Amino acid sequence: MSADTLPDTEEVWRWLSEVPDPEIPVITITELGIIRGVEYDADTLVVTVTPTYSGCPATSMINLQIEEKLRDNGVEKICLKRQLSPAWTTDWIADAAREKLRAYGIAPPIDGTAAAGDMVAGRIARMTGEGLTVNCPRCGSANTFRVSQFGSTPCKAAYQCRDCLEPFDYFKCI
Amino acid sequence: MAPSLSDIMTPDAAELARAAGGKGRAPLEMGTPAHDLFVGLARLGDNTLILGHRVSEWCGHAPVLEEDIALANMALDLIGQTQLWLGLAGEAEGRGRTADDLAFLRDAWHFYNILLVERPNRDFGHTLMRQFLFDAWHQPMLKALEGSSDVRIAEIAQKAGKEVAYHIERSADLVIRLGDGTEESHARMQDALDRLWPYAGEMFVGDAVDLRLAEAGVMPAPEDLRAAWDETVHAVLSEATLTRPEGDFAHKGGRQGRHTEDMGHILSSMQWLQRAYPGATW
Ligand SMILES: [Zn+2]
Repeated sequence: MSADTLPDTEEVWRWLSEVPDPEIPVITITELGIIRGVEYDADTLVVTVTPTYSGCPATSMINLQIEEKLRDNGVEKICLKRQLSPAWTTDWIADAAREKLRAYGIAPPIDGTAAAGDMVAGRIARMTGEGLTVNCPRCGSANTFRVSQFGSTPCKAAYQCRDCLEPFDYFKCI
Repeated sequence: MAPSLSDIMTPDAAELARAAGGKGRAPLEMGTPAHDLFVGLARLGDNTLILGHRVSEWCGHAPVLEEDIALANMALDLIGQTQLWLGLAGEAEGRGRTADDLAFLRDAWHFYNILLVERPNRDFGHTLMRQFLFDAWHQPMLKALEGSSDVRIAEIAQKAGKEVAYHIERSADLVIRLGDGTEESHARMQDALDRLWPYAGEMFVGDAVDLRLAEAGVMPAPEDLRAAWDETVHAVLSEATLTRPEGDFAHKGGRQGRHTEDMGHILSSMQWLQRAYPGATW
């Protein structure tokens, strides 16, 4: 591909917005907010990606999918750059994606409720659950409780609905 | 030839380990900024690696499914942080060693984790008490590292700190619930605390490397984290109706590469594959 036929970055963003998250396939990696930049360094396409959690096993899968997507569209020179700062936050999840999460059975994050970690004792227990009302993604009831702060993946907590009894994941804030 | 477990029992084990550690590359000169940085980062990464490995031993064995999942997720966070710390340690060393090389190809003498994290799991309560005592240090440590003069360290600390905020909330919550729980759970938590207490003090004892790193604004002096740890531990233990043990005797040595017998057993299981099939990849 010669320099004058390189796809513009807007086009590249469009392609990336078709790449699903490997663990939650109803949302895409751009909706998740982990693509931090798309630019050219001479004729090399540099895509900057930030990990959700440091140990997230999906990270290498996501990188592979990005590379495949770009190669399928004829991009040859690709550089994937990892960027740690600013650290990823659930605030970056797009509004439309939050509705898709709910429809998929995952309660979306409630912004501003991330663990602070520096509280002592009594406030600690109350911070993580009891003060938080997470609506059931199935029936909408607010009568739910936290089963465990760590759910099926590092980014989720396990909840259950007391009305319809549905066990569900809550995408916790970070 | 790398020393085997039986070599560790021989008087010249330290010499054997030194020879193996420097294999194929000139070792960094002790006391230089590069060596200090390498040791400081390896201490961080080795803590998270060994604790992460210990916690992962619960996978499939926890008392209930939700706790099994939670423990596996905590282990995953810790191993993820290890990749960042040891990756940077390898960079700081500048001898081409990757995070994997450091995790799988060093022997016990070259690991710098505190002894607390290599303590065996015992029961679920003991595992949680160990986690809590560690988290109560880990959280303020990462907060302090966010202000490191080395921007790479500050970035990792910011990332890891968000995860560890959940760890401390969980471990503190469970220590309180089990401590202030049934007679049986209370007794087990008190026993765990009494057994682990002599391993907590090592977190706050600095050496010459720490002093130089603190002077350069790279990492906080270990002593400076004591007050925050004391405050958290005191508050949580009170609410958990547990008695803080008397005395401040501390087993030390891990941060300088002198470990308990358990460390060899951890490595023999963790490093087995790379030792048996060098260079094997997925
Ligand atoms: Zn419901």
